[in-house]
Amino acid sequence: MAFPDRIERTVELAHPPAKVWAALTTAEGLGAWFGNEATIDLRPGGAARMRWNEEGFTAEMRVERVEEPTVFGFTWPISGLPEDDPRRTYVEFTLEPAGAGTRLTVVESGFAQLPEDAHRKAYDGNTEGWAKELGELAAYLDAA
Amino acid sequence: MPPDIEAIAEQVFAALADPTRRAILAALASGGPATATDLAVDLPITRQAIAKHLALLAEVGLVTAEPGERRRVRYRLRSAPMQVAQQFLAALARDWDSALGALTNHLDRGA
Repeated sequence: MAFPDRIERTVELAHPPAKVWAALTTAEGLGAWFGNEATIDLRPGGAARMRWNEEGFTAEMRVERVEEPTVFGFTWPISGLPEDDPRRTYVEFTLEPAGAGTRLTVVESGFAQLPEDAHRKAYDGNTEGWAKELGELAAYLDAA
Repeated sequence: MPPDIEAIAEQVFAALADPTRRAILAALASGGPATATDLAVDLPITRQAIAKHLALLAEVGLVTAEPGERRRVRYRLRSAPMQVAQQFLAALARDWDSALGALTNHLDRGA
């Protein structure tokens, strides 16, 4: 079982980069293919939000890179973690002209982020400590 | 990739593979910290079996033991290892294939 830190996909699109760029970076585009509704403030540090109606799910994104029409990057929360968890993954779209169309690469990275050091220390300490005390604990419970 | 993350995820998935341990974790998640005796009232297995499962869950770090009333040990759910495993699941659940398929359709429709 390998623990993936990044997902990478490339797709060839029969449309020029300018058109693909619009689909990736405008509220109209994102709301049409990605989510059901979208808002975006297209500048580094700008906020974007995407809503999936069927799932009842909203993603708060932060725009990180805007280099029209070649690189668009944002961060967003890691699905499955609690809402207030600060860890996020970084998504970067790269557009390259390919004939009359576009080669689009998406890379999402950061899945293997470490928990905070404090977490890990607590975890290791806990694992070790309890391994020692469990025999005693089990005996106590059985006697109770 | 640090091996300890991999090891934590593996332990969590192994712990969750057992239906009794899932039931114990679910009981702790919904009802809060509880002793093996408390859990035995609600679950259809003996306190001894529950104590054994709790010991394994404590080893993996999914529960921590703390002093409870009348010198009994009380167990509390601990989510940190679960969050590590969740990151693994998140990578699997992030479905770029269908998103890019939708983008292709969107562009083709507009053409």
